[in-house]
Amino acid sequence: MRIVAEHLTHIYNAKTPFAAKALDDVSLTIGEGEFFGIIGQTGSGKSTFVQHLNGLIRVPASLRRKKKKDDPTVLRAGEFDLTSKKTDFRALRRQVGMVFQYPENQLFAETVFEDVAFGYKNFAEGKPSPEETERAVREAIEAVGLPYGEIKDVSPFDLSGGQKRRVAIAGVIVTKPETLVLDEPAAGLDPIGKREVMELLHRLHESWCKTVVIVSHDMDEIAENCTRVAVFHEGKVKYVLPPRELFRRTEELLELGLDVPLTAKLCLALGRRGIDIDCDFTTEDFLRKVLARKKGGAC
Amino acid sequence: MKAIEFRDVTFSYGEGAPAVNHLNFSAEEGEFVAVLGHNGSGKSTLARLADGLLTADGGEIRVFGNPVSEKTLSDIRKDVGIVFQNPDSQAVASLVEDDVAFGAENIGLPREEIGRRIGFALRAVGMEPYRTATISRLSGGQKQRVAIAGVLALKPRIMILDESTSMLDPRGRREIAEVVKRLHREEKITVLFITHFMEEALLADRAVVMNRGEIVMEGAPAEIFGRHEELLTYNLALPRIGVICKRLREGGIAAADTLGIEELAKEIAECVS
Repeated sequence: MRIVAEHLTHIYNAKTPFAAKALDDVSLTIGEGEFFGIIGQTGSGKSTFVQHLNGLIRVPASLRRKKKKDDPTVLRAGEFDLTSKKTDFRALRRQVGMVFQYPENQLFAETVFEDVAFGYKNFAEGKPSPEETERAVREAIEAVGLPYGEIKDVSPFDLSGGQKRRVAIAGVIVTKPETLVLDEPAAGLDPIGKREVMELLHRLHESWCKTVVIVSHDMDEIAENCTRVAVFHEGKVKYVLPPRELFRRTEELLELGLDVPLTAKLCLALGRRGIDIDCDFTTEDFLRKVLARKKGGAC
Repeated sequence: MKAIEFRDVTFSYGEGAPAVNHLNFSAEEGEFVAVLGHNGSGKSTLARLADGLLTADGGEIRVFGNPVSEKTLSDIRKDVGIVFQNPDSQAVASLVEDDVAFGAENIGLPREEIGRRIGFALRAVGMEPYRTATISRLSGGQKQRVAIAGVLALKPRIMILDESTSMLDPRGRREIAEVVKRLHREEKITVLFITHFMEEALLADRAVVMNRGEIVMEGAPAEIFGRHEELLTYNLALPRIGVICKRLREGGIAAADTLGIEELAKEIAECVS
């Protein structure tokens, strides 16, 4: 599904002395099939934006009986018009799955099966039979790379950190959402755990959820994985570019208080020595381009 | 003098494999030691044993020569301060200054002294302007700095950071790294920095790698990062720059293992046209 936001503004505690503008006239389109990245400093509005995508934060227009004539806000996720009061938000949430930061903190049930089944029973269309539930839960647990038979009756609290996170993700993808949104999916894991989670997201992107949106602070992760990246800064979208173009703007990004991938730092340092490496900032492409220019002989 | 010494220490959580297994480890006074290891390797158990939060099943732990036991616990905790992982679960008060005062009040310091120590600790972590701020409104990095200040107010000689940066964004991580480095340099505090960000280990004089409750590698951080194959067997990923150096070498560009971007760029520049 294609996600379109135009002129989206959000103010926390509006009309109170504590009012704080978190989103300021944001326009952004995420195409179907993308592996989309969202970056920005803490407090830049990233999380506020993604919480709009499945209606956790509702645009004011969707809470009014009638739309104001001069309200320019557009927010659509595929067929769903999120500015309309008539939208079926339960159906939307089935289609747009949301994985929060540290999702393992939300595990609650006595067994892995019950935990994953909870989301399914809540969001599935109609009233699923026990057989349907079991099939869906089994598929979701297997999709996140865990052995269903061994793990289904185990308490989620007895699992390792990486496994807990997988179970939490299974609990979201169990409704087969078309779009999966994840806030910092790899945060707090050790390097191997991080790599495993990113590999999992790519597998899901190929076979399970058409569109994946990740919020991340890890620029290497963004450069390696994303088709396009939106940069949030003080509630506005500063850039929407593929990593190849975005990370050429090293100095501008550093000025916004953001980091750049290691490959971009190396390209910058090489550029100062008169060597321009034109790569897409993935490690593989960087190495290929550098090695292609190797001089003959020993060095 | 040895600040911390573990002699043949073993500890297990209930049944199952020991979390710390016949461990010998020491840190000299004034040393900055990084402790690396994958999740479940025993790093945090080491920290908790050193502070007396856990009691060893076997072996002996000494802090500045004093054996850690139930009798010495309150003295040990004046020497050893520990900062944990989660910025949202360490505060005990709602205002910054009350939180920093908590530990100092607990050891019964006079009121004026507590006031002085709050000032000292908040200055040391760069949080003095936030003295009367509400903790819940601070950023993750700021919350961790307040947690460090709370420990500093007790004037510890050893500070243990148990993955204190793992839940922070890159800016928060830099803030903590800078504060800890300064405290080590200026206050001569012995630091045990537990982390799985390999890059952060570079702050240290010495790094140790834990696996299955044992220390399996030890040396200068840069030297440890050069031992790729070994790191991989302990389930540790190389820092990204290490991967690039290795792959360049395999491709015929002589890039020595380095962790400096400028140094690597210089080596590449010499080999490409």
